[in-house]
Amino acid sequence: MALRSVVWPSFYQDSIALMRVAEALKELPRVREAAALMGTPANHELLASAGLATPESKRAGVGDLILAVEAESEGAAEAALEAAKDLFAARRHELEQAVRVLPRTLDSALAHLPNANLVAISVPGPYAKFEAARALRRGLHVFLFSDNVPLADEVELKRLAVSRRLLCMGPDCGTAYLGGVGLGFANVVPRGRVGCVAASGTGLQAVVSHVAALEEGISHGIGVGGRDLSAEVGGVMTGLALEALAADSETLVVVLISKPPAPSVLGPLEAALAEVGKPVVACCLGEPPRLGGPVRWVTTLEDAAEAAVATRRGMPWTPRAFSDPRAIGARLARVRAETDRRGAGVFGLFTGGTLAHEARLLLEPLVGPVASNLGPGGEGSGHWILDLGADEFTVGRPHPMLDPEARAARVREAGRSAAIGVVLVDLVLGRAAHPNPAGPIAAAIRDARVRAAADGRSLVVVASVVGTAGDPQGLSRQIAALEAADADVLPSNAQAARFAALVVRPDLAPSLLGESP
Amino acid sequence: MSLETALSKPPRVINIGLDVFALELQAAGVPVIHVDWRPPAAGDPRLLALLERLEGDDEE
Repeated sequence: MALRSVVWPSFYQDSIALMRVAEALKELPRVREAAALMGTPANHELLASAGLATPESKRAGVGDLILAVEAESEGAAEAALEAAKDLFAARRHELEQAVRVLPRTLDSALAHLPNANLVAISVPGPYAKFEAARALRRGLHVFLFSDNVPLADEVELKRLAVSRRLLCMGPDCGTAYLGGVGLGFANVVPRGRVGCVAASGTGLQAVVSHVAALEEGISHGIGVGGRDLSAEVGGVMTGLALEALAADSETLVVVLISKPPAPSVLGPLEAALAEVGKPVVACCLGEPPRLGGPVRWVTTLEDAAEAAVATRRGMPWTPRAFSDPRAIGARLARVRAETDRRGAGVFGLFTGGTLAHEARLLLEPLVGPVASNLGPGGEGSGHWILDLGADEFTVGRPHPMLDPEARAARVREAGRSAAIGVVLVDLVLGRAAHPNPAGPIAAAIRDARVRAAADGRSLVVVASVVGTAGDPQGLSRQIAALEAADADVLPSNAQAARFAALVVRPDLAPSLLGESP
Repeated sequence: MSLETALSKPPRVINIGLDVFALELQAAGVPVIHVDWRPPAAGDPRLLALLERLEGDDEE
């Protein structure tokens, strides 16, 4: 086995470019392992733990690119390093063809696009404040996708933004829509009259996709970042976003999507919601809904979309556990007919943090405590929800919405566990996400079910897909791929979580389905 | 630029970071310029903090 590495000084590449090149190198003949990373301290650790560090790679600084290849021969390793050069050159060529000019600074970019009004920033966290502050000081709105930005930096940036009445969407803002244009991970949705303010990327994606499925559209979706409603940030950007939607003539209904606000923020938030002057639907996952008052409170992302659309159409609406209880009853009967030999645990493997959070909130009243990396509690209960997009899973690795392989491996592992009866997964489609997330997951589901069957057990896989017919991955194609692997695909994350609960607790059927089990 | 224009004017975007976002915007017909970004101050955190302070002071 031969290990070779090279360092290209001052050669910056973004994390997606690096992931694509590393993936391509691993596909080359006689290559066992390959890495393409910037020389940050975290990446040096990652290389060392993968056994790919060399004396040369260790000398790389944060602005230097490291390529490391382990192959069956020196020749194969050399060939892979050569191939990497071509891959980066091809990528650069594609970019130059598409966007033509590539200025080095914000100011020179402004010279090329003098009427620019928004800067989209997705640089590594430590540099996010520098770039975002610079944009705000030049009077530009900011979409800040970067994560790992210190809370103090966020407070400072948003203070600067508010003082200039500019939007600072993020940090850690995965998705936004302005005037029909999707930013970040965005589903393809029609323009319409529902305006959203979201402290959650996948939450916003889920709501706008449900709205699109109900044949309504989105005016704007203003992301504010997951920490905006914390005590430290104080909900300042949510306040500004609500004000913007209140004044916007396109927007007729406003939806707020978040986790529970900090107690100190809740009062001012409720006051701001009441002042919007348009119908408002509030979905603060985990916050008990208020009854009465000008704001319609709901408990799931699906309900937020349904309530908003019903409000827009002036129709009555009440929440339901399942959109088609009869079909769920039939599904449940089929699952129960398979075999009784099945683990008692629900094991959720999520790419969307808010979807994981929502699933846990819905499961706990039905199956009891659920352990999770989202927060304490539920240890030893036999039920688990993992948010695989959490920081601890993405250090030096791409987010699972971009790279489905890490989750696929965990789905396969689940097939070996006698304690697991149900695997619960989400799939998030949209622009910039993986081109075919269902493919690797469906293959893993088949393997896991075969493995469980070999042990005389049955494993149920329950899935939901956030996406629209217009998404590049194709909603129906992705669902078909999952169903071909015998996954039960439900119309929403909430319904998937409830169905997962029914599989391990069929005695809940009367209350959830409104009929005898 | 102000809050009022954020929603009323179509976005014209300067993209700094992941090039895939510039390519998606370009494909959607949105005016976009992609910055060929490198870590400022060659990635030296102390130098970066100094630069940040200088830019902030300029502003005052």
